[in-house]
Amino acid sequence: MNSQLVLHDKIQDDAWQVIELPAIEVEIKKQAGKIVQFKLTGEDFPTQKQIEDTVVPEKGHLILPLKVFLHHKKALDQRLKLGEIAIWIYTHEEIEKNLDNGDSLNQFPLIAIKTEKFADGRIFSIAARIRNKFHFKNDLRAMGDVLKDQLYFLKRVGFSSYMIRADRNVNDAISSLKDFSDPYQGAYDLKEPVWRRKNR
Amino acid sequence: MYKYDEIDQAIVDERVAQYENQLSRYLNQELTDEEFRPLRLQNGLYIQRHAPMLRIAIPYGLLSSKQLKKLAEIADKYDRGYGHFSTRQNLQLNWPKLEDTPDILRELASVQMHAIQTSGNCVRNITTDQFSGITPDEIIDPRHIAEIMRQWSTFHPEFALLPRKFKIAVTGSSKDRALVQAHDIGLEFYLDEQKQIVVKVWVGGGLGRTPILGSVINERLEWQHILTYCEAILRVYNLYGRRDNSFKARIKILVKALGIEKFKTLVEEEWQYIKDGPNTITESELQRVKAFFSEPAYESNIISNLEAYQNDKAFSQWLTRCTHKHKKQGYRAVTLSLKPTHTAPGDATSEQMRAVASMADEYSFGEIRVSHEQNLILADVREDNLRELWKKAKDLNLATPNVGLLTDIICCPGGDFCSLANAKSIPIAESIQAVFDDMDYLHDIGDINLNISGCMNACGHHHVGHIGILGVDKNDSEWYQVTLGGNQGNFASIGKVIGPSFSAAQMPEVIRKIISVFTTVRHDDELFIDCVHRVGLEPFKDLIYLGEEH
Ligand code: SF4
Repeated sequence: MNSQLVLHDKIQDDAWQVIELPAIEVEIKKQAGKIVQFKLTGEDFPTQKQIEDTVVPEKGHLILPLKVFLHHKKALDQRLKLGEIAIWIYTHEEIEKNLDNGDSLNQFPLIAIKTEKFADGRIFSIAARIRNKFHFKNDLRAMGDVLKDQLYFLKRVGFSSYMIRADRNVNDAISSLKDFSDPYQGAYDLKEPVWRRKNR
Repeated sequence: MYKYDEIDQAIVDERVAQYENQLSRYLNQELTDEEFRPLRLQNGLYIQRHAPMLRIAIPYGLLSSKQLKKLAEIADKYDRGYGHFSTRQNLQLNWPKLEDTPDILRELASVQMHAIQTSGNCVRNITTDQFSGITPDEIIDPRHIAEIMRQWSTFHPEFALLPRKFKIAVTGSSKDRALVQAHDIGLEFYLDEQKQIVVKVWVGGGLGRTPILGSVINERLEWQHILTYCEAILRVYNLYGRRDNSFKARIKILVKALGIEKFKTLVEEEWQYIKDGPNTITESELQRVKAFFSEPAYESNIISNLEAYQNDKAFSQWLTRCTHKHKKQGYRAVTLSLKPTHTAPGDATSEQMRAVASMADEYSFGEIRVSHEQNLILADVREDNLRELWKKAKDLNLATPNVGLLTDIICCPGGDFCSLANAKSIPIAESIQAVFDDMDYLHDIGDINLNISGCMNACGHHHVGHIGILGVDKNDSEWYQVTLGGNQGNFASIGKVIGPSFSAAQMPEVIRKIISVFTTVRHDDELFIDCVHRVGLEPFKDLIYLGEEH
C-alpha cells in the first residue's frame, strides 16, 4: 500500500484530502544571528489574502485550514453535517480562540495538527488540551514533521492517526507505537499511572 | 533506597533498545544530525570538543555501592578511568565512543541506572538535599516525592520536547540545600498548622544568562496534587514559552514576561480540569515508595571516641569541615572531598570510586550520595569509625578538609571539555587552589563558596557563589568576570559584577586581593558573605582596580 497514514495502529489509505494554504513570501527574521524558526503562539496567521486565495474543492472529504473553514463556514454547513469537513491547525495557532463558544470540536470528524519542526513539542500539549479540556472524541491526526520517534508520545497524549513524513519508512515507524510496554504516568491512552493500574 | 521492580526494569531495558535503534538509524544516515540531536540529548549524549560526553543520571544523588562499582568498571572499560560528578548530581564520562554508548547503557541498566533525560529540552533529573533522611533539621524526607516525580517525569509524553530544559528541585528541610529558588520549579515541603504535609511551590528561578530567583506560585499546595499541578505549569510553559530564541526560552522568561499573577491564572485554569485526576498521588503510593527509604539498622549506645583525638589538629579540622550532624545519636554524615588541589573539581578516578564503594559497604550501609557541590557523601557513619575512615580517605586523597571553604570550588567542565564554553574553568580552579594551600588559613577565613562557569549557561552556578567567576569571550580570547555577594539557600541572592574582566593569569591574584580586603574589614568571626553584604563592593573594587577608573 502506498500510504504514509497510520490509523488505528495500521497503515491505511487516506480518505481525506488535506488543503494547504497558498505559499507567501515570509520575511525571515534574524535574532542574535540566528534565523527565527518558530512562530509564537497566537500570532496573526494566515494572511487574509492566503485565506481568500485558498480553493475549496466542491467534492470530497477535506481537511481545511481552520481559518479557511471559518471563512466559508456558512457555505460548508451542509457538508459539515455530512461529515465531509475536517480542520487542521499549525502548532502556533490556538483552536479555542477561533471558535465560537457554542461550537463543539466534536462537530468535526477529524482535527489535524501540523508540526513544522520535529523539536516543536507544542503538538503534545495542544492534543492533551483538545482531548481533556475540550473533550474531543473523534480522529486526532498528527501531520507535518512527524517521524517514528514522536509516535509513542503522540499516541499517549491522544492522537489516533499519524501522517508520517513522506520521505520516511512508514513500516519502520509504526513499530515505535510499542516502544514501551508499561509507562509510568497516566496520560490520555492509559489514564491511570502505573501504581493505579498494577499492584506494585 | 529505591529498588526497581520488573516495571521499572522493563522501562530502562526498552529504552536501551529504542536508543540503539535510533543510533543505528543515525549511523546509517536515516536520521540527520538535526533529527538525531534531540534524541541523543534525551539520553544524555553530547557531542563535545574531543569526543561524545555521556551524562549518567544519579536520581536525587543516591547511589548504592554496587552501582558505584559499576560506574568505576564502565569508566575503565569505555573511558579513561575517571568520571566527573556534576553540580546536577550526575556523573559525566568525557571520552566514551559513540558506538559504545548502547553497551554502556546496557551495563547501566543491569544495575538499575540509565541516562534518561539527563540532557535535552525535557524534565531533567530531579535534585534534592544531599542530607535527606538524616539531617536533624529535616521536616519531610524529600526523596519519597522525588522518586514519585522521577517516575512521573520519565518519558512523560507531553513534555519530551519543551522549549528548553526544565529542572525541578525538592527540599524538606528548614535549611534549603537544594537551591529550590534557582530552579524552574522548586518544591519546599513543610507542615502547616494542622500538621498536614503541604508544599510551597516556586516557579521561574534559574541561573544561566538571565539569573532570576523563583517566584512563589502557590504558598500551600496539598502534596497529593504535586504531579497534576506541575503538569499544569509545564503545559502552560510548553504552549507559550518562547521557541524562537533559545536564550529566551526558559520558563523564567515566560513568568517574567507575563508576571507571576497572570502566569498563575493560566496555570490554575489548566489545573482545574486535571486536578483530582488519575495522576493525583495516593497515600498508598506514597507509603509504597516511602518503604524503600526506611531507616537503616542503626545501632544505639555507640560510644564516641572523638574526644581522645582533640589535639590531633588535622583530624579535628577534617571533623569540623567534612562531617555533619546526624539525627541519630552516635552517627555522622561524612563528605569525601573531590576537591583536592591539582585535580579537576568533581573528578573521581575509578580507583577512588571503587574505594568509596568499599568504604560505603564497610561504614555506611552500602550507600553513597552525590552533592551538588560535587562531593561524595557517606551518610550514616558511626562516630567510633570516623578515625579509621579518615585515615583511609586520606590515603585516597579524599580527605582534604576544605568542605565549604574557599578551595571547595564548584566548577563546570569548561573549555577543556565543553563545546559551548567561552573559557576554560578547571585550570582557574586549580590555580586558585594552588595559591590557597594553607589549611589553617583557609579555616580562619571560614565558609566561602567559589563557583566557576565556563560560559553563560552557568553549569557552575557562578551567580550564587559568594565569589562567582564566569568565563567570557573577548576578541577570541578567554577572560573572566568576577561577581561577589551571590548566595544559595533560604537567603539566596545573585552576585554582582565587580568590574572589567581579568585574564586567567590574573585570577589567583584577584582572589587573593578579595580575601585580603575581607580579612581587613571583617568583624570578628563574620562570614565572608555577611561581610560582603555589609560593606558592599566598593572596598573590593578599590583594591582590585587600584589606580584604574572603575
Ligand atoms: S557553564 Fe558553559 S562551559 Fe561550563 S559546562 Fe556549562 S555550557 Fe559548558
